[in-house]
Parts: sequence; C-alpha cells; structure tokens
Amino acid sequence: MSNIAIQANKISKAYVISTDQAKPDKRTLQEDIIKALKRQRTQKERIWALKDVSFEINHGEVVGIIGRNGAGKTTLLKVLSRITEPTSGYADIYGRIGSLLEVGTGFHSELTGRENIFLSGAVLGMTRTEIRNKFDEIVDFSGVEKFLETPVKRYSSGMQVRLAFSVAAHLDPEILLIDEVLAVGDAEFQKKCLGKMDEVAHGGRTILFVSHNMSHIQKLCQETIIFDSGKILFQGSAQEAIPKYLSSFENTDSSVSLMDTPRQKGFGTDCKFTFCAFKNSSNNQTNKLRFGESFTLSLEITTKKDTDNLDIMLRVESPLYPNIINAVSRNQNKYYAIQKNKNLEINVTFQDLKLNPGDYHFSLFIVHKGTVIDKVERAIGFTILEAYDPEYMPFVDNLGIVASMPTWD
Amino acid sequence: MEISESSTNNKKFHLRIEPSKGWLSINFKELWRYRDLFRIMTERDIRLRYKQTALGVTWVILQPLITSALFAIIFGRLAKLPSGDVAYELFAFAGMLPWNIFSQSMQRASQSLVKDAGLINKVYFPRIILPISSSFSTVLDFFVSGAVFLLLLILYKIPFTYNLLAIPLLLIMCLITSVGVGLWISAFSVFYRDFIYALPFVIQLWMYASPLAYSIDLIPPEWLWLYSLNPITGILESFRWALLGGEEFPWLSAGMALPISFLLFFTGSYIFKRLERRFADVI
Repeated sequence: MSNIAIQANKISKAYVISTDQAKPDKRTLQEDIIKALKRQRTQKERIWALKDVSFEINHGEVVGIIGRNGAGKTTLLKVLSRITEPTSGYADIYGRIGSLLEVGTGFHSELTGRENIFLSGAVLGMTRTEIRNKFDEIVDFSGVEKFLETPVKRYSSGMQVRLAFSVAAHLDPEILLIDEVLAVGDAEFQKKCLGKMDEVAHGGRTILFVSHNMSHIQKLCQETIIFDSGKILFQGSAQEAIPKYLSSFENTDSSVSLMDTPRQKGFGTDCKFTFCAFKNSSNNQTNKLRFGESFTLSLEITTKKDTDNLDIMLRVESPLYPNIINAVSRNQNKYYAIQKNKNLEINVTFQDLKLNPGDYHFSLFIVHKGTVIDKVERAIGFTILEAYDPEYMPFVDNLGIVASMPTWD
Repeated sequence: MEISESSTNNKKFHLRIEPSKGWLSINFKELWRYRDLFRIMTERDIRLRYKQTALGVTWVILQPLITSALFAIIFGRLAKLPSGDVAYELFAFAGMLPWNIFSQSMQRASQSLVKDAGLINKVYFPRIILPISSSFSTVLDFFVSGAVFLLLLILYKIPFTYNLLAIPLLLIMCLITSVGVGLWISAFSVFYRDFIYALPFVIQLWMYASPLAYSIDLIPPEWLWLYSLNPITGILESFRWALLGGEEFPWLSAGMALPISFLLFFTGSYIFKRLERRFADVI
C-alpha cells in the first residue's frame, strides 16, 4: 500500500443561502405563510465554499493551509473531519483522524477542571483509558493543578484556554486537522503551545494546519496549500508558497468595496463596512506611502437600522505579525451614530506612524456596546516604500516593524 | 454520511468521505466505538443537573412525592377519581415513576442537539449520541425515586411481588419510546426551534391522554383499543402491575405499546439519520 494519508478527489461543498433581502426586517410569519401559499419560493443561491478540490497528503507530512477569509480553508477541515458532508466528490482517509477546530470544544463552564478534561477529551475522540493515562501530563502542561476541583467558570479566561489547549495537545490520532488554534493565550503560553506543536509535528504525525500566521506556517510546515475562493491556487513547499501568498496582498487596490466581501457568520448583518480607500498626505488616492508619511483611511459604513454608540477599531497587521497596532475610537472617546440606510463616512488620519518599509494591511472592526458586529480581516493592504527621510536611512535588513529614532549621544 | 471502515492490516483505518444518499440505519458498530463518549456525556448531564443546587439529588425524591401528594389531594380527594384498590397516593406515585422518566427523557432528548450546537459545529461524533445519552441520564432519577417507592410500599404494608422483576424490561421500553419521540423532535428542532417550544404543550396533552391521574377503568371497554394506541398507556399500566403487584398483566395495552414503541424508535432513528447530514450546516 502506498504512503497516502489523505487523498481528496474533486471535493465540492455548496452552501445554500437565501438572497431574499428586499425587506429583511419587515418579514413576518404572516408574509411567509402567504408566500408559501402562493408558492413563491424565497430566492436561494448556491455558494461554493469548495470547488473541485483535489490533493494528496502523505503520512508524516505537516501541511499548512493558507488563504484569505472565506477561501474555504475551514470548510475543507470540516469536510475532512466529517462535521459536514461534501456536496460532491470524495476523500479517502487512511488512519485515525482527529480535529481541533477551536480551543475548548466540549468544555462546560459549570463543571470542574477535572470533569472538563474527561469531557473535552472524550468529545475530541479519546477513550477514558487514554485520558486517564495522560491525565497528569495534561494537568502539568496546563499549570492549573490547584484548581482541578473548581468549576471552570471561576477560572480566568487565560486559565480556561490553557486547560483547554492542554487537553487538545494530548490528542494523538494519526492524522490531525488543526484550525488556527495557536492564536490563544498569553505570549508565554503561545510559545509553549508552539513548542508542543513543533514536537507533535516532528513526531511523525500527519497534520493539516490552517493558519494566518506565516511565521507559524514557516516554522511547522514543509508543504503548503494556498486556497483562494474555494479552489487550490498553489501547492508546494512552504518556501515557495509563502512569498506567493504574500505577494497576492501586494499591489492591492488603493480602494476596496467591502459590500460583498465574505464575512464570518454573524458579522456584518445589520451594520457593515461598504468601502475603504487610502489617501496619502497630498490627498491622492494611493496605498503606496513614503516612510513616515501621514495618510488617511476613508471608511464607509451602512446600516439597516438606526444605531448609535458605534466604535471603530482598526488593526494594522503584517503577514508575519498579526497585531501591530490597534487604533480604537473608543479609547479617544469618539463614537459614531448612523441612520438607517444612510452611509456614514469616516476619515481616519494617521500621523507620526513610523512603520518600517514593507507590506501591511488593515483589518476593520465595528464594535457596538462591546460586541464586534462587523469585521473584515485584511480588508485593504498598503505598502510603506523605502525611506525618503534624510534623517532615517535604514540600511540593515531586519529592522523590526516600527522605526525608532532615539537620540544618540 | 457513508463510511466504509475496513480495518485492513492491524491498526489501519480506512475512511471514505462522500455525500450520503438515501435512508441509513444507525451504525451500531461505530456507536460501540464511541461508548466512552456516550458514558461521559450521560455523566455530564447528570452532574450538570445538580450543580449549584442546595438539595442536589433530594430533588429527585421531592418532585414525585410532592406531585403525588398534590394529585392525591386534587384528583383523589376532591375530584374523587378512582384509583383501583390501592391508596391514591401509591397509585399516583406508581404512575409518576415511568411518566417522569418518559417526559423528562423525551424533553432532554428533544433539546439535546440545539443545546450542544457548539459541539455539532466543531467536532465529529455520531450525533445520535446526544439525544440517547441525555435520555439515559434520567435513569439515575428513576432508581432514586424507585427506592422511595419501595419505602412507601413498606409503609403502606403492601407486599413485594415477583412482578417487580419485570421493571428493567419495562424501563427499557419506556426509554425506547421516549428516545423515539426525542429523535423525531430533536432532528426537526435543528431546522425549526418551534418543535422545542411546542413540546411542553405536547407533554401536557399526552399526560391527560394517559392513565396517570386517573385509572384506566374510566375508559369504556369498547374504546380501550383506541386509548391503547398511546404507548404510554401500556407502559404505565405495566409499571403499575409490576410495582403494586397487580394480578393480571395488562395484555391489551402492553401488547399494543410494544410494537408502537419500536415503530416510534425505528422511524425516529431513520429520520434522524436522514436529516443528520445537514445538521452542521443549519444549526
């Protein structure tokens, strides 16, 4: 028998969504019944989350899956882990398979740490004996041994995440599907998790690993698959794939319509971003900026119902660093109100931002009373060109992200 | 989802993932492999029920006792409903035991999928474990309140009979019926929550359509066959026969309950398997 662990053959997955949005907040049961009686069908549209995806993965390979939001990465993991069925196509899997799509699957806040270890372990596919054998190891790794008999709801969120990850980290099926679970916990614990992942990855296990963090992909994966709009754009070594993926962010448009950008479930339903654009200091629309140049990000928001107390958050990220700057309007006591079916334009000007030359992007968030109601990750990209500042002429490669010009005596 | 799991050489699993077609039955082999999860989920449901309660399991004793007392006052003393030749309290309690298991287990099974939507979305396991395990979590209640019933028998100086030995079988039948209904409702509730909201009314109606507060003797003999189409009639009557040491086994109602219970269970499991493939996309 060959050494194949996963063989996917033309897997497609369609979701049916209703596109009947004429008067979404005026729909009543009455109207629905009348519609049913008149045999009017609500308009439905098929969206292909995956389209004819084929690939092969050998035993022992650690494969990274990268791609923008809505590219089909998570859907692929859901299909392979049997959470949802493919619409067509098939996959053969040789070996015991387990999946980790979130941290803390199966956790129940009323139960104690000990009870949750067994519960979550069983949900993730371990037997009682396996859990019992690894119990001490799990507890050790999490560092919560003092609170084993305490209900998890009394834990700090950091402790919850640590315990949850520890259970997950001790799962050992032959094939493991992981979705972005490293993005949890404090920096120290993340490092520990990454170490554990590294250990697992080099232990001969087959792993499919979805991440937005290129440094994790680079560190852990030999093979990488790039997804775009439900299809495989590229499959090859991580060294080849990462620059390819990153370059797809370069030269992006200096203005982007966000009206139909795919959102994660539950985001952008009422209030959402519709447009964003870059302007440089001379008020020209461009996303190529000189080092240290001030720039303005113009945003447009629309809503289906009157909303006030909106608070806007802008996050600057780079492919290697997921969180460089978080600009939050609330922190400056700035809130926005918007009327139904009207557009709100917001201009955000950044001065004194000394990002080193390179490619960055903005993720945009609308927060309403503490809840994120819309988020568009990596909505728009921009490039800081090589420095022009006569007082700052970088001539080393690895400068970090933010330029600093201290006084040197 | 169709899965061919052939274990070729020793530990190699082969799994084919493809769109499933048609009507599928429960994959008992797979269910057996997930028995630990089943057990842990049942334990979870039991534990959760008594977390942060001051009285804990005492509730299991109090509930049927209080309800029986209320029944005794309202239906026994005031409305003077017949209870055969035993004290009304005992008569009511003996019916309450299986009825509570039935209604609780049906209710829990029906809500199980929606309550654990987070699991269905994030991890694979045979979904049918959810309704069945939440239904099984009521068995502990049964044994606790069953023990109370035995104490009452001693108090009322009613002798134990060999009829009691039939109880495990009757309990299984009661569970099969409630899981059957639970499978139907839980599967549909994934698509329309209305089924969950309608459930309390259904349970109430069902209660009055069953010989719980009144004796089956009230039903005219010529209508007994129709009345026995309700499988709970047979189950309650058989339980009373077993618990109170009845002389004649209720052959008619029990005989009708058996096939109907199994019918509910099998149709429920096929419907469940049929709708299961869309759970994660819809829930």
